This record gives sequence, C-alpha cells and structure tokens, in this order.
Amino acid sequence: MKAIVTVTLKHGVLDPQGKAIGHALHTLGFTGVGEVRVGKLIELELPDQDPAQAKATAEDMARKLLANTVIESFKVEIA
Amino acid sequence: MKAAILLFPGINRERDMVLAVRQSFGHEPQIVWHKETALPPGTDLVILPGGFSFGDYLRCGAMAAHSPIMPAVQAHAARGGYVLGVCNGFQILTEAGLLPGALLRNASLRFLSMDTMLKVERADTVFTSKWQPGAIFRAPMAHGDGNYTADPATLDRLEGENLVAFRYADENRNGSARSIAGIFSPNLRVLGLMPHPENLVDPLMGGTDGKPLFDSLAAA
Repeated sequence: MKAIVTVTLKHGVLDPQGKAIGHALHTLGFTGVGEVRVGKLIELELPDQDPAQAKATAEDMARKLLANTVIESFKVEIA
Repeated sequence: MKAAILLFPGINRERDMVLAVRQSFGHEPQIVWHKETALPPGTDLVILPGGFSFGDYLRCGAMAAHSPIMPAVQAHAARGGYVLGVCNGFQILTEAGLLPGALLRNASLRFLSMDTMLKVERADTVFTSKWQPGAIFRAPMAHGDGNYTADPATLDRLEGENLVAFRYADENRNGSARSIAGIFSPNLRVLGLMPHPENLVDPLMGGTDGKPLFDSLAAA
C-alpha cells in the first residue's frame, strides 16, 4: 500500500523559497499569483493491507521524522 | 571538564572543535562516532560540531537527531550534563527536542559565510562566565539555515526566563526571530548557537574572540 505524505511549512512561518518563486512567476507575467508555498512530497511503500492502519503508520512516521511539527504541518493520503 | 565530540557523517568542524577544547582544557577531547550507543565514562560535556550531517537531507539535523548515540545524549542532558551544539550541532539539538524552536532557511535564501558580531546576553553561566555581561565579540558564520524561529509563546518564555544566550549585535542577516543567535536550556546546561566561536581561538586564526566560551567551560 502506498502512502503519500505532503509536508509544508505552517501558515505564519516565513517561506522565503515560496516568496522567491512568487516573484519569478510575476516576472514571467503570471501577475495574478497570490501567496506561493513550497513543500515536500514523500511517497512510502507500506506493508499494511488496511488503509486506516497504513494511514496511522504514515502519520506516526510524519510526527517522528518526516515533518518537524514546530514549523511544518503534514497531510497523509493513501493511494 | 571531560569532553566528548560527536561525529556524524557529513560533519566537518570536529577538528576545529578539538583544537579549541585542547587549547582551553589542556587535554584531548574524545571523538565519538554516531553509531556508538554510550558516551565515554565520565563525560561532562558533549559537543555537537558543525557541518552538514547526512547531507542535510530532509531537514538540517533531522537524521542525526535519531542516530544511535542520541539516546545517550538525551540521558546525559536529563541528568544535568553539559551539551554544546554549534551550527549543525544547534540544528540537531532542536530536532532532538533538547532545545526549543527550529532553524529555517536564511530569509535571504543565501548561504552566509562571513563574520558577525554577537552580544553576550548573560555572563553568569558555565558557558559564558569569562565574558563581561553585554560583551560584544566577533564570530564567524557559515550556514544556509540559521533563521531561528519558534512560536511567539516560546519566544516570550525564552526572553522571560532569560534563556537567550547570544544575539546578533550588528546585523540580523539570517532573519532570526528577535535576533536570536543562541539559546540555553532552562537549567542553563545545554547551549546551541549558529556562529562558530571555535573558529576564533588562536591569533593564527585572526583572533581569539571565541576563546572565552571554552575558557569558561574549562573553569567550570
């Protein structure tokens, strides 16, 4: 079973990479772009058969290592 | 004061730290590989040097914070042992939960490799006793992720409990909250900071501004 963990900086935490990308998009003429936030996507192959169990496992991994919950939030999807 | 210097793959300032400790302590620190599970008997001070442990993969310090040696460091800190983390070492200490907050990408997105000026916020600790309170000293910086951040309540607590160790005194180049360059644990026995005092401990390095840190520890 595959889990997809998306990690992003919490709202309110400055995202200088997102800001730089936003500036570049404006330069390219995409003037309507608002805030840009950058994150990470981590795909995990899990042995769990039960989607709920797989989600719980991935969330445990996210809390312990994949995300730093001081500055980041995460979302787990089971594919 | 018996020092152990932790070595993680990708760390590159351990020899600078050995030199600084040797000069001030008058004896050799022990280098401890991250796969060890115990500190050398009688270790008083654990030092986490700078560098790029595990290539800064995932987040700076995230992998090192879960190395086999770290439970022993947690236990050492829990019994009131001294811990010093510089640069990547500071990042590892925050990732390990031994110090609050986190180090984000520099606000400018630029790697900073230059000297900065630091203000000593308190001189009544085992790490800072050889400075005068409020002293300002020069320290080299070399980091891409030194932008200290924490939630407002944590920042207020750090200030209220007088746990800010050093602040940037000339320019806050990395964007750190409240110009914080280094912080103490509540028992004042764990110190983390981004700049490198160990790189200014000999006239041959261009100055001895960082030496009081190690002299303070040697006198403890």
